[in-house]
Amino acid sequence: MAAHRCGLSLVFILILSSLACPSSCDALEKANENTGEKQSVSDTPREVNTDGSIAAEDLNERQWQSTDVEADRSDGTKDSESFTAAARDQFQEELVIRPLHSGDIYASFQFRTLWDTDFLQERQKVSHYRLFPKSLGQVLSKFSVRELHISFTQGFWRTMQWGQPFIPSPPGAELWVWFHDTVSDVDGNWKELTNVLSGIFCASLNFIDLTNTVQPSASFKPLGLGNATDHRFLRYATLPREIVCTENLTPWKKLLPCGSKAGLSVLLKSEKLFHSSFHSQAVHIRPVCQDEQCTSKAWELRQTLNVVFDLYTSGQGKKEWSLFKMFSRTLTEACPLATSSKVYVDITDNPEGELFELSPATPLLSQAVVLGDRRTYSVFDLTRAEMFGQLRSLNLLLRWKGDSGDMLRPLLHAERYVAGFGLQTGEIHTVIYNNHPYRAFPVLLMDSVPWYLQLYIHTLTVTSKSRDNKPSYIHYQPAKDRHRPHLLEMLIQLPPHSMTEVTVQFERALLKWTEYTPDPNHGFYVGSSVVSALVPSMVAMNTNFTQDQPLFSSFVPVKEESSYFVRVYTEPLLVNLPTPDFSMPYNVICLTCTVVAVGYGSFYNLLTRTFQVDEPSLPLAKRLANLIRRIRGVPLLA
Amino acid sequence: MGLLSDPNRRKALTNLLTRLNAPICMVCYLAAIVWFMGLAFEPFTLRTYMSENAMGSTMVEERFSSGERALSLAKEFDAHKRKAGGMPVEWLVKAMQARGLEVFTQSFSRKLPFPDENKERYMVRGTNVYGILRAPRAPRTEALVITAPCSPGNSDNQAVGLLLALAQYFRNQIFWAKDIIFLVNEHDLIGMQAWLEGYHHTNITGMEYSPLQGRAGSIQAALSLELSSDVITSLDLILEGLNGQLPNLDLANLFYAFCQKLGVLCTIQGKLQRNDWDTAEGYTHAAQTMMLMVLKQACGRSWGDHGLFLRYHIEAASIRGINGFRHYKMDVATIGRLLEGMVRKLNNLLERLHQSYFFYLLPSLSRFVSIGYYMPAFGLLAVILLLRVSFPGLDHFTFFNPSGPGVLTVLTPVVISHLTGVALYLLPVHLQEMAVEHFPVSETEAVVLTAVAIYTAGLALPHNTQRLLSGEGTEQGWKVLKLTALLYLAVLLGCTALINFSLGFVLAVTLVPITASMTPHMPKALSALAMVLLSPAFTILYCVFIYQELIEAPVSVGEGWMLFLSVISQGILDHALYGSLVYPLLALFIYPCWLMFWNILFWS
Repeated sequence: MAAHRCGLSLVFILILSSLACPSSCDALEKANENTGEKQSVSDTPREVNTDGSIAAEDLNERQWQSTDVEADRSDGTKDSESFTAAARDQFQEELVIRPLHSGDIYASFQFRTLWDTDFLQERQKVSHYRLFPKSLGQVLSKFSVRELHISFTQGFWRTMQWGQPFIPSPPGAELWVWFHDTVSDVDGNWKELTNVLSGIFCASLNFIDLTNTVQPSASFKPLGLGNATDHRFLRYATLPREIVCTENLTPWKKLLPCGSKAGLSVLLKSEKLFHSSFHSQAVHIRPVCQDEQCTSKAWELRQTLNVVFDLYTSGQGKKEWSLFKMFSRTLTEACPLATSSKVYVDITDNPEGELFELSPATPLLSQAVVLGDRRTYSVFDLTRAEMFGQLRSLNLLLRWKGDSGDMLRPLLHAERYVAGFGLQTGEIHTVIYNNHPYRAFPVLLMDSVPWYLQLYIHTLTVTSKSRDNKPSYIHYQPAKDRHRPHLLEMLIQLPPHSMTEVTVQFERALLKWTEYTPDPNHGFYVGSSVVSALVPSMVAMNTNFTQDQPLFSSFVPVKEESSYFVRVYTEPLLVNLPTPDFSMPYNVICLTCTVVAVGYGSFYNLLTRTFQVDEPSLPLAKRLANLIRRIRGVPLLA
Repeated sequence: MGLLSDPNRRKALTNLLTRLNAPICMVCYLAAIVWFMGLAFEPFTLRTYMSENAMGSTMVEERFSSGERALSLAKEFDAHKRKAGGMPVEWLVKAMQARGLEVFTQSFSRKLPFPDENKERYMVRGTNVYGILRAPRAPRTEALVITAPCSPGNSDNQAVGLLLALAQYFRNQIFWAKDIIFLVNEHDLIGMQAWLEGYHHTNITGMEYSPLQGRAGSIQAALSLELSSDVITSLDLILEGLNGQLPNLDLANLFYAFCQKLGVLCTIQGKLQRNDWDTAEGYTHAAQTMMLMVLKQACGRSWGDHGLFLRYHIEAASIRGINGFRHYKMDVATIGRLLEGMVRKLNNLLERLHQSYFFYLLPSLSRFVSIGYYMPAFGLLAVILLLRVSFPGLDHFTFFNPSGPGVLTVLTPVVISHLTGVALYLLPVHLQEMAVEHFPVSETEAVVLTAVAIYTAGLALPHNTQRLLSGEGTEQGWKVLKLTALLYLAVLLGCTALINFSLGFVLAVTLVPITASMTPHMPKALSALAMVLLSPAFTILYCVFIYQELIEAPVSVGEGWMLFLSVISQGILDHALYGSLVYPLLALFIYPCWLMFWNILFWS
């Protein structure tokens, strides 16, 4: 199914790019840019994914509607285009603002740097860096990294209230890397890489070692170019305990071409970004095609930052939002190095302006299918000077009218918890909901559990609708104490409108006393489990949706739209292990010494000594008599 | 170590113990009682102090001010409760949603083994409503719980009102690091049990409940609120939980610290603290407070909704508003501020509460007796049992002497006693239908009276069958039996005291003197009377009278008897509903052990 879809997407892109301007050497980029100016949300091309496996980032996979709303081509873009073409790298920035169902505001930044060069293939020393950050480029070439994805998240994405995020990430830090297949010592490279990244991002990535690294066989496929299926070159690790704060944000901002000086990145002020309900920043690096023939590779660096602001706590009861309120800054210019710089505001739920009021109004609209749903966006193009008006600044204002809604029922939703009590055994429950009314679909569940929870894999059960649900694929790698974690991957078919429960029992191990963390009574973290799936899309579900679609196009749902890729992360677990009382080492030492000295000493004494009955000493007279008798040779007296 | 390895000195020691056995035992017993009573004397106790760093040094500022809103919410809740005739689920869900919580409900049902006459319930069906306040930028791994019961009649409305007002206030704050669960439970402990079992996905008591939809990770601490009037004069802290478990002492310290800070009168066991420890009244007051705690802990039931949390390693306490001390009044906002402060400090916790004591007794809120101080009192009692093992006559034979009495002689009474115990444990609940058919009593009465009947019948049974099965009892026979029974009792009481000191101590105080001195050669009638008067059942009866005396509600003999019967039925119910272990412990172990001594008395 996946292969079929990718094939289709390839055809689609080819047609699209050949329509635009087929002569240029980086035609793909340009074609996409053109369409992007018209209607796109993010103008990344659909990468050719030749291995035909499930690939994430299908949010790029969208089809532009022909509802063309006045899109004049600015000359400035043309200029910067020619400029970047010479340097063979380009930079794009965008911000998507989505008023959420719950009344919160979701702001998603994406910064994309594209560089038509290849660090790995040509074996040439790349030393001149322009837009692409040198620190990352050197890392890529040194460790022969094919693809790198790293995310730092503070908070948990509330799927039930906020719907699906554009780019999902688990709480804490997540790092997954595909190495080039020429690497001989993958583990060694991985170890060094994590230490280097730890320095670059000021994070505790150096805590990633073999005890929390796994090699998923199916859940994490390369998103970029390449035909890698051998998961020996993949490393995946999460640090659920990692706390993300300003010290991680600053190095992340430094990777941007404009830093935090101009463009959208002036909004990234830490005091506001960390005054939110959810904060996630990520870096994705992957190889992509330079042109439609895909003769040479380009590198794509995509920096994303997602943040959800809480209407309740920061709004002080007032349901009003503006860029200034959210970020304590307004926009004054685009980043001069950027080829495109746009702000999108999701107005899908607000066609007649009954839910909220957006000002300044923009005539520029864009439609896209995002995560299986057709969304409409207002577009603010920052490269055009008239956007900033008289005051030379753009401050989007959003005034809420409606009430915050009920909880959502996302099509795919998962949660996890530990059942049972006591410190000996327990049970991990993972509950996956399929809320689609009539379609069943398969999901890939990946669980990585630290070795100190000893899983009883024979107790693994998968039940949907109170019936046993046999997974069609199970990949289980048992843990080795102190060396590697458990890895469990399963392909499970979720029946329509159902709740599937995966349970497995475990026993808590007794750690050595030096293996406890400094605060052992806090508990030990188990990273999120990952549910990856192709979810049937809402658009395909809605066959009566004909308002802005011609009839001939809607009878058979287009394959591109019929399903979309989602990755859902469950919450991490906090598990208490049997913990000795570390506050009493003195008492313990005293007690042990006493027991050894008194108890052991006396018992050892009793057990090893031979006891003899003392002969009562004879009176003096008898002894004298015996002396004489001995001399005489007569038997002695008793 | 010469003491043990030197035969002469060993002999001297044994001789001393054998010769002075009875006086030493007497001295030990008296010393145990004196030691125990001395625990309440203030100079012998320790001042409480906050051990947890995260709660100690970080002062928080309390700003909660919507006391009026809490009271109006309480009125609204009361009106809807009356209209719905129970939990106003819809209204509560809406009210919580309006305050920005994620709201979920859980329905449960439970058929009691027999009707509970105290609370007038048999088939229980209800709904719990809870809302989760999600902490910003927290990954749903830790949670705190605040609960208020939805009780019939006029009680606890203010608790629910305050709960909702707190939820609204907390929602607007940004400093939360742990999710906060606001739970309104119906049918007090049964609802709480259903919710906790649902949250942890266990089923230990046969409860039927719908699975929970929303969770918030591992619960770190819980507070239960009980407020029934608009004006409160003092707050009472309740700590005793199921099976005598207690929350970490830091939770009590936290409560006390905030009462001091806000100038709120606080009590424990409903008794105010006195400052005159050097007067007789002052000492009596402290001793009464401590005795109340011992009695409450010994009975092993949960004295508030918090009690069931303790099984799940969640530190929890109940806070009950009392309207009694006339001239000192405070409003709901003050209590709100107190709770806000407590929850904020709990929110600051980096680890579970573990720094302070889990085993303690409280003669007042500012003084505590730690396990190291009270355990010797029990140790002195337990030592009597071990000393009696070496009483004259028992040191002349070895247990496995082939010429000695057969194993059967000892085994028969042991088995028969335990079978009686099993009957006492199983029959009352299972025979209730039959009893109701044949006698004009209600189910509850049937259960209790069956239990009393089996208990009494057990007194007659063993010594008759003893004669039947193994003929004439030998002198050696009863000695072996006594040796076995003494060791058995020592182990039983020792284990009990480790888990629930109060229960172990109360049982030891009554059981030790008579069991230690029991021989078949004593005057039968007199010793039989003494034995019965010091049997486990009478211990319960005394406890009932002492408890009533201590809470200043003395009862007549008749009322006391009725209370005794209801205590038995409550004990059986607590076992069936929440898994309390006191009833099975008494029926399956303590009573059979006592029967073995009864058997010795009638050995012939």
